[in-house]
Amino acid sequence: MTQVLVVAEHGQGKLSQSTARAVSCALQLPDAAVSVAVFAAEGAAVAAQAARLTGVQRVVLVEDARHAHPLAALIAPQLAELAAGASHVLGQSSTFGRDLMPRVAALLDAPQLSDIAAVESAKRFRRPIYAGNAIVTVEVDAPQLVATVRVASFQPAAVGEGAAPIEAAKPLAVLPTHTRFVSLSTSQSDRPELQSAARVVSGGRAFASAENFQKLYKLADLLGAAVGASRAAVDAGFAPNELQLGQTGKIIAPELYMAFGISGAIQHLTGIKDARTIVAVNKDSEAPIFEVADIGLVGDVFAVLAELERLVGTPPG
Amino acid sequence: MKRILVGIKRVVDYNVRVRVKPDGSGVITEGVKLSINPFDEIAVEEALRQKEKGACDEVVVASIGPADCQTQLRTALAMGADRAILVETAAALPPLSVARVFLRLAEKETPLLVVLGKQAVDEDNSQTAQMLAALWARPQATFISKLEIGADLARVTREVDAGLEMLEVDLPAVISTDLRLNEPRYVKLPEIMKAKKKPLEVLPLDSLGIAGDLRVRAVNYAPPSQRPKGVRVADAAELVAALRSRGVL
Repeated sequence: MTQVLVVAEHGQGKLSQSTARAVSCALQLPDAAVSVAVFAAEGAAVAAQAARLTGVQRVVLVEDARHAHPLAALIAPQLAELAAGASHVLGQSSTFGRDLMPRVAALLDAPQLSDIAAVESAKRFRRPIYAGNAIVTVEVDAPQLVATVRVASFQPAAVGEGAAPIEAAKPLAVLPTHTRFVSLSTSQSDRPELQSAARVVSGGRAFASAENFQKLYKLADLLGAAVGASRAAVDAGFAPNELQLGQTGKIIAPELYMAFGISGAIQHLTGIKDARTIVAVNKDSEAPIFEVADIGLVGDVFAVLAELERLVGTPPG
Repeated sequence: MKRILVGIKRVVDYNVRVRVKPDGSGVITEGVKLSINPFDEIAVEEALRQKEKGACDEVVVASIGPADCQTQLRTALAMGADRAILVETAAALPPLSVARVFLRLAEKETPLLVVLGKQAVDEDNSQTAQMLAALWARPQATFISKLEIGADLARVTREVDAGLEMLEVDLPAVISTDLRLNEPRYVKLPEIMKAKKKPLEVLPLDSLGIAGDLRVRAVNYAPPSQRPKGVRVADAAELVAALRSRGVL
């Protein structure tokens, strides 16, 4: 048996889809027995959702008021303790997982692999490096391995009929007080979540202002799509940081990705090239984004957007 | 003395389109431009700004690598760092070993803050700062876009998937820099000349008592799979038709 421990990511009482994707990666390990660890102030609902993921054998729930906002410095020592006996400890390649897992790896004195995109065996994995310009195959020789899963590379584990048992756990680790949550500011939206949306429309420097960038939202709503942005658009203040796609932002794999006014630097392309269909609209016919686009349209971004709104018509559903 | 320790890594310049060697043994690094990892440059800049604001008295910059990494350390000195340390080794160290090196340096230099880039654009690991914080048993504040240093604590803004998270951490702490923290300064010629006289200490890796770590081994490098060539359409109507025929609309 390969004992695999996956840490759950969640918010507002909901299990993140990235957890279902990490579970899917875990299930590709040969002979995997997959447990999910939930850290929360009140985690019963999240634990129940994790328990229903197909292939999960056990959910370990750590409830503590100090986990109301996830802090790596507080979760890491407890996760490291729960990881005793696990050969693989997996998190997500989200800001949550990327913050947490290296701290766990160091506490366990285990090597970490970041952004695993394919499982070849219990000891052999593939991951992108150099902004996706190269894929490296690595072999690990260690009793324990910590990893973050490149969630865009794995389909979410299905929600099944049965439910795995949920065990409450009280790890003994002493939690530090040196790190304190102050606040979280987030742009509330009814739009689909960027990392799990089936459709994403995104904009770049060509929008020229935050006001113009809003024009993208109309099409997004008509398509039921999430909105993304290039680094240039975020740096220029047209869009908030949580919309940034690419090597240093979010990595997505939607059914449809439509890039408006994005030139397509390699750092951006690495975040979107797993999309099923890529559409590029740009006035520069030489823009590198066209090299990866399935459908390219050379033209004025605003004119094309207006025309698309008209053609797409009423919102789906 | 209130000190900030900054780590920098020499990487293939981010503008270089990296290619895999035909035999799959690595990527081509011969004859390509090497630079300070862009996130580490932001780390140096932030330390300098904190010093200019009076939050610290000295900025020490450290790197790990072969002797010619001194070039990048000299660049950081020209930006304004006070002194540099090169931990010299020909071996490529995994993040956990790099964190152990920085733990030794932190114990020696007793900084109020260690500032590292959030990831290096070669291996894209994003591990070292968090590992150092764990080994040092100190707070970590990763992916930060804002830093305010107080008497014995720091307030940071982190760029997280949900938006912006504010944390308060006791000092000393480890922070990792995101893109929007600052825009690094350009180095002027007189500063490059002046930097040649600033102290640069070379410590062999062995002298720190850190052994190699061969638990993760790269066995093959391959170029990414290419997407099939796409089509061009003339206008929005053709685009919608093409999307409908692919069944995505």
